[in-house]
Amino acid sequence: MVEEGLKIELGKQGVFVTTIEELYNWGRRSSIWPMQFGLACCAIEMIATTMARYDLARFGAEVFRPSPRQADMMIISGTVTKKMAPQVVRLYNQMAEPKYVIAMGACAISGGPFKQGYNVLKGIDRYIPVDVHIPGCPPRPEALLQAFMTLQKKIDGQSLTGPNRPRHLNADAQTEFPVPVQGAHDLEPTSNPGVWPVQIKTVIGG
Amino acid sequence: MTVEEIKAAILAAVPGAGVEIVANPSVSGQHSLLIAPANVVAVATFLRDDAELKLDFLSNATGVDWPDKEISEKVKVTRAVTKTVDGAETTVEETVEETRKRVEPGCLEAVYHLFSVAKGHGPVVIRMRTANRSDQVELPSLTPVWRSAEFQEREIFDLFGIVFTGHPDLRRLLMWDEFKDHPMRRDYVEPDDFEYEPTAHDDVMKRAQEHVARVKAAEGAASAGQEGTVAGA
Repeated sequence: MVEEGLKIELGKQGVFVTTIEELYNWGRRSSIWPMQFGLACCAIEMIATTMARYDLARFGAEVFRPSPRQADMMIISGTVTKKMAPQVVRLYNQMAEPKYVIAMGACAISGGPFKQGYNVLKGIDRYIPVDVHIPGCPPRPEALLQAFMTLQKKIDGQSLTGPNRPRHLNADAQTEFPVPVQGAHDLEPTSNPGVWPVQIKTVIGG
Repeated sequence: MTVEEIKAAILAAVPGAGVEIVANPSVSGQHSLLIAPANVVAVATFLRDDAELKLDFLSNATGVDWPDKEISEKVKVTRAVTKTVDGAETTVEETVEETRKRVEPGCLEAVYHLFSVAKGHGPVVIRMRTANRSDQVELPSLTPVWRSAEFQEREIFDLFGIVFTGHPDLRRLLMWDEFKDHPMRRDYVEPDDFEYEPTAHDDVMKRAQEHVARVKAAEGAASAGQEGTVAGA
């Protein structure tokens, strides 16, 4: 590892020093392609974020892919109904590693105003692992950008070896999660073991 | 046209239609017509095609659940009562107040709000009721008369469980096909998946307390079972 001060000094002299890990993570975090998929009113804010005023393209995430096979990130933008939840989990399973999830808005993180209802899932994090939760109803485009930058910091902080290496470099890591079955009264099971309750491992940028 | 005039017009056009006026005592005074399910398609066709009414637009169709209602009423009953007056037994007629309970059977109701785009009037509200809430829940579909009823009747079927005969595509609309309940019925029991709520009040508070009691009871039963095995071992 090269010291930060020395690196800056060398940079001033026209010598660029880096590590494979840094370069690799820089490339990954600068080209996260989201999946083109919206669930409710939060999707309108997500669309606004991609437009000229907020311009998500500045972060290398302007290419919304219409296929989960080509997407790196899933923005759960809106209410996940129990009727929709199996499809969301299935889409997540179809994404290739490395894959990330941003749960956008009160509904996606907890059920929001529909939490006490019979037909809305109380947060998508009961079935798939979520990297960033954004509160708000709906969150402003700035909040989505903040979440996006938080995700970039998370990717930047990942070391490629060791026990905390990212999932796509760990052959033992679980990358697909069981799709819930729509039962006679509720989804079965009501949450996936190992995903819910959420295990908080690290705090990014704390 | 007032509801009385509409009722007269319906009875003139469809004899024996079975039309009843359900008065709305509130300020709006939006009275509705309760129509017997047997003739409702003929009545609806008349309402749509009549030159004067021309109710060509069904803006809203919804359901109402009327659960079985227990009514207790006080009735004055005259009875012969044997009394001892001045050492001699006499039979006296006495009026006693008695509370009697009877159960008024419930039903499911479909309500349709009709407007006339051509004439610029409305709404005319028509209702129809099923025989009961359990096995006789069929009503004739009005989708052949007003096409806009199709999805709304599917929604009523989904949430209330009214089966519309003659509907072209009667499937659940909002819930999944495997779902068995009808969530808008008054006796619907939600899955017991209560979670911590920071500002619980009223119904939510009640649910929270019930849920906590249930969880504690389950935990108590589990620990009692463990103690039992320990004692047995």
